Amino acid sequence: MKETQTIQNKTKATETTERISGSEAVIKCLLAESVEILYGYPGGAIMPVYDELYKYQDKIHHVLSRHEQGAAHAAQGYARISGKVGVAMATSGPGATNLITGIADAQIDSTPLVCITGQVGSHLLGSDAFQETDIVGISTPVTKWNIQVTKAAQIPEAFAKAFYIAKSGRPGPVLIDITKDAQFEEFDFKYEKCKGVRSYKPVPDTDENSLKAAAELINNAKKPLIVWGQGIILGKAEEEFKAVIEKAGIPSAWTILGASAIPTSHPLNVGMVGMHGNYAPNVLTNECDVLIAIGMRFDDRVTGNLETYAKQAKIVHFEIDPAEVDKNVQTDVAVLGDAKASLKSLLPLLNENSHSAWHQKFKDLYTIEYDKVIKNDLHPTKEGLTMGEVLKEINLQTKGEAAIVSDVGQHQMIACRYAEFNKTKSNITSGGLGTMGFALPAAIGAKMAAPDREVVMIAGDGGYQMNIQELGTIFQQKVPVKIVVLNNEFLGMVRQWQQLFFDKRYASTEMVNPDFVAIAKGYSIEAQKVTERKDLKAAVKEMIDCEGPYFLEVRVEKEGNVFPMIPTGASVSDIRLE
Amino acid sequence: MSTENKQYTVSIYTENNIGLLNRISAIFQRRHMNIESLNTSPSEIDGVSRFTIVVNITESQMKKIQGQIEKQVEVIKAFYHTEEEIIYQESCIFKMRSNLLFDERQIQNIIKESNARIVTVNRDFFVIEKSGRKEEIDLLHRELTVFGIMQFTRSGRIAVTKDEMKISTMLKALQH
Repeated sequence: MKETQTIQNKTKATETTERISGSEAVIKCLLAESVEILYGYPGGAIMPVYDELYKYQDKIHHVLSRHEQGAAHAAQGYARISGKVGVAMATSGPGATNLITGIADAQIDSTPLVCITGQVGSHLLGSDAFQETDIVGISTPVTKWNIQVTKAAQIPEAFAKAFYIAKSGRPGPVLIDITKDAQFEEFDFKYEKCKGVRSYKPVPDTDENSLKAAAELINNAKKPLIVWGQGIILGKAEEEFKAVIEKAGIPSAWTILGASAIPTSHPLNVGMVGMHGNYAPNVLTNECDVLIAIGMRFDDRVTGNLETYAKQAKIVHFEIDPAEVDKNVQTDVAVLGDAKASLKSLLPLLNENSHSAWHQKFKDLYTIEYDKVIKNDLHPTKEGLTMGEVLKEINLQTKGEAAIVSDVGQHQMIACRYAEFNKTKSNITSGGLGTMGFALPAAIGAKMAAPDREVVMIAGDGGYQMNIQELGTIFQQKVPVKIVVLNNEFLGMVRQWQQLFFDKRYASTEMVNPDFVAIAKGYSIEAQKVTERKDLKAAVKEMIDCEGPYFLEVRVEKEGNVFPMIPTGASVSDIRLE
Repeated sequence: MSTENKQYTVSIYTENNIGLLNRISAIFQRRHMNIESLNTSPSEIDGVSRFTIVVNITESQMKKIQGQIEKQVEVIKAFYHTEEEIIYQESCIFKMRSNLLFDERQIQNIIKESNARIVTVNRDFFVIEKSGRKEEIDLLHRELTVFGIMQFTRSGRIAVTKDEMKISTMLKALQH
């Protein structure tokens, strides 16, 4: 059979066709979209595609996850560090529904994913057939777009649209559900990359007047504050962003997903905003005169009580998604468009400034936070290892070059607060959905996308066990990911809330854990456990020096809390330091 | 911006694709908003569908909903209008026992005065159709209820704007 030019030349469409099955077409579509790695789990309704994959295994590397949720998170980790589209595949019914958590996570964190699910034969649709679920209906609220394909001839267009939609504009997950008969059916295949969808405008036009109005507000501000989000990273706007803040001299804080867009050590980087963010940017949000939000969506974990959030400030919002403007916080000036282009256009309109007195306020508040929180987290003197000192040791030994993949909970907040990032796309975590179990599979995807980077996963003992089966994937694929479990034998964040807001009634948060080291060794992963401060440095060194995957369990203090903290519903300026 | 609930008619121009109704209705559902009426039909442009949805919400909620609707990949454009900005119609059908036509002479007057029309008559029942504004249909329903209605159904609202719909030029361009 003649290979089409479409496949050989990935950007040029031709009229050349060849007669192939729907399942072979799936593979050829993936190749045409330059997919090299595919995460998934086979089953009855997707078997024809897996059968074709067998033939193409030298071109597409299939990673057999141990659970479809793991496949979806691995695809997310791959996408987040590479900036490419992650691909996950599963069978119908439970296979498809197991992907849903990963899809929902990708939707809220704007991660480009293409998920492929097998479906029962089209003659069985709606009959409650074996392993049939309405995955298109189920996934509708958590996908950017989805489609069910019942004819093989629909496959190329569905895939072309899926990849285009997943990665363009504000990225997101899409799902293609393919009936089994469509996988078997033969048709004349040709592939043309999608260049546009009639009803879909991925990037809104930037209004020059709004840019000028934004520049005027910024130039006249005495106490400006920038809060940036993942939009900088997704828009590849790191350089433009750095140029803007350096010219205008504006203190800049980040949301959890915006972390690493500029280095942690950058003098204008004033830390993280939000529930467990830094003291200064949270408090001064309610003191700034102009708040410039860039590629962030005013999540409730960032704003706290909206009734008191930055009420004194003029709000400028740079945003690619028009639906985010005025959704939570009313803006004075909205600049729609792509962050890279908008910031590039903004730069010449800005006056050079330094705002040194205003900066001093951030430094003063940092000193307070350092004395009350940071010093104790990073340089503890009392017994019991802190999560912060583990992060500090990892920072030292990776020199801030590692990508940190964190799970969800106390350790996540500690990781985001204290990890040092020198490179962009280094903070991979589940932000919006807060998915426990995210980190282990996401770290697999991240390491496979960036094999030259050190990828260190940080999880708690709770989240680690939510997808612990993915150790099997690491074992089989020999992914040299570094796994750090900060074990406090609690669901730590829930316990912290129980302590502070539920009279220390620790309802179902204490964990009785297995021998994690033995489990890791069962998968032939080098492993050790640290319980004493004196052993931490050597253990981290051994982990970093290890060429293969490595598991490090650190027994941390049992009832350590994460501060600062803004209690739910409180104002950002009511942030607690203890 | 008013914080009082108002009746808005939402016009959504979309691709004619399977599953889009689910996507659009889910936007209202997840915000716990009730849809008063919903109609989908072809629009003035070939291949473009038009949803007409009536909701009672605040303008601020309406703006956010509009944004979320327009965000859907297969939605071309969404507009919302107050009652004053549109001309609308609803349609309804009543099925009633045939003997009422002869035994209750008032029914014929009601039909005539309400500008309804008899669609069909047979030995057992007759069917009345009425198109008009919501209040007109409500009135006819009240008047006929006393005689006993065998079946009643009414359509969703269909509406056009008094002013030119800004999408017209855009949609024309999409035809090519």
